[in-house]
Amino acid sequence: MRDLTRCTHTREAFGKALVEEAGRNRDIVVIDGDVSSSTKTDIFARAFPDRFINVGIAEQNMVDIAAGLALSGKIPFVSTFSIFGCGRAWEQIRNTVCLDNLNVKLVMTHAGLSLGGDGATHQGLEDIALMRAIPNMEVIVPADDPEVRSVIRYAVERDGPVYIRLSRRRTLLLFGDDYAYDHGEYPVVAEGDDVALFASGCMIREALIAAGELAKEGISARVLDMHTVKPLARECVLRNARETGRVVSVEEHSVHGGAGSAIAELLAEEYPVPMRLVGVRDRFGRSGSVDGLYELLGLSSRHIAAAVRNLIKAKER
Amino acid sequence: MAAHRRTTDPARLEEIARTVREDIISMTAEAGSGHYMSSLSAVEILVALYFHELSYRPEDPAWPGRDRFILSKGHAAPALYAVLARAGFFPVGELATLRRIDSRLQGHPVVHRLPGLDASSGSLGQGLSTGVGMALAARMDGRGSRVFVLLGDGELQEGQVWEAAMAAARFGLGNLTAIVDQNEFQATGRVREIMPVADLEGALRSFGWEVSSVDGHSFPELLHSLTGGNGPGGKPRAVIARTVKGCGIGFIEGNLKYHSAPLAPGDLKRARECLEGR
Repeated sequence: MRDLTRCTHTREAFGKALVEEAGRNRDIVVIDGDVSSSTKTDIFARAFPDRFINVGIAEQNMVDIAAGLALSGKIPFVSTFSIFGCGRAWEQIRNTVCLDNLNVKLVMTHAGLSLGGDGATHQGLEDIALMRAIPNMEVIVPADDPEVRSVIRYAVERDGPVYIRLSRRRTLLLFGDDYAYDHGEYPVVAEGDDVALFASGCMIREALIAAGELAKEGISARVLDMHTVKPLARECVLRNARETGRVVSVEEHSVHGGAGSAIAELLAEEYPVPMRLVGVRDRFGRSGSVDGLYELLGLSSRHIAAAVRNLIKAKER
Repeated sequence: MAAHRRTTDPARLEEIARTVREDIISMTAEAGSGHYMSSLSAVEILVALYFHELSYRPEDPAWPGRDRFILSKGHAAPALYAVLARAGFFPVGELATLRRIDSRLQGHPVVHRLPGLDASSGSLGQGLSTGVGMALAARMDGRGSRVFVLLGDGELQEGQVWEAAMAAARFGLGNLTAIVDQNEFQATGRVREIMPVADLEGALRSFGWEVSSVDGHSFPELLHSLTGGNGPGGKPRAVIARTVKGCGIGFIEGNLKYHSAPLAPGDLKRARECLEGR
């Protein structure tokens, strides 16, 4: 059983990874919407003040300034809270960044329910759907520090837009320092044969707790770190669906248009198997503790285990 | 046909402007759509930029040292395409392909499709921000490149324009010039009746810009206002160019009926006669 108490701080890993990459690549610049102490791009700002641009509270301007920098050969990293960056500046991202496949990296933090106390306005539950719908965009949800580091390096090397979704919350440490991100393969973080749980970010810990509970009942659940929603690791999803015959997606996001939708779209066409989608069902969040919100909105380990039981019963029928 | 050469001769610039106007009405008539009215108001501004002010190499459109131009009022694409073709970026014959499914000349400019474009546009209100990013990049790289952005006066209703205006002043972008094509019309009526900025010059000054106001169809005035720059660390510069929508073709000037409806064959003939001075 994996140690469920070793936590990592992915935003800080992001800030440090930026500094590391920027030391090797002088084209990297960072654009901030006056939240650098929260997104942790302040780490970059201290190391490279001449390559750090705080545009103030102006997300639309922020994204198009990044587009202008990219059109001039820079590699801009745009970072703010997910709801504001992806929501308010969506059309700038679509029409100015993605239409021309510009080399802009969007690293949006405080996604999902992680700003529990701040309430619904600050909780981003639709960002994956918004970003996934745009041609040329890639959507990545790194799970822990080593994965963040490797994904930031990938983003620098890729010539084109990437959306990287980070939580405010600490996440479970899954990988060693030698971890290398491979967008075509989701790492298995718990072995199992009865069902494949595709989880990302903070939901991996919930999925692992659920897997532990299910094991006591004789149900063997495989848990995968679904780090990339787009492009979907199609062969990996299909292989796991074939091997287990049941699929559950788990995401801190609306079930409409998120990671579960991406899997369901593929399976519906290529290899239909019984599936359940764990996620937020057409609701807003509200103020509360993050764990309380997981419980309220159906994202807790208890809900995941229930979805698996339901799926297994359904198949037996 | 060989590309036009750069010139300071107003008579020569007038001649190029007349050719560009003919291109605009021909290509939009051929396409059966396209914003020729908004294109016609911007002709002298674009000709002044591409045949006098801007530094560029048609044979090497991606030359890093070039000045940048962003048509933030992207619906005036026909005017920009005509000017780019006449400046030698691509064959003039290609203008007739405007808006066709296999054309590089999209209804609104798409930068990766056509050499000579520096940015895509079409969704109003975004170009000045992109220009701020380009001006920042030029300064970071120690390039002398200047950035020019052409906005419509209706476009100023987009709040993002003012976010960019704040940023340009805060960052001291003396290498950035915004030109407002003030033709006083937007899709359904007069800007001053729909949603005006009460005092545009005053507003831009209060945002920290250096502002001048010129006759947007006068080459001597345009050349005077566009020349040079403030140098690094200076204020960004705004040129408010007073223009006439549909300028050059008397019977459509300022006539809302022609905002985007294609010119009928009879109108097209009349328009050509107008441009020929008949």
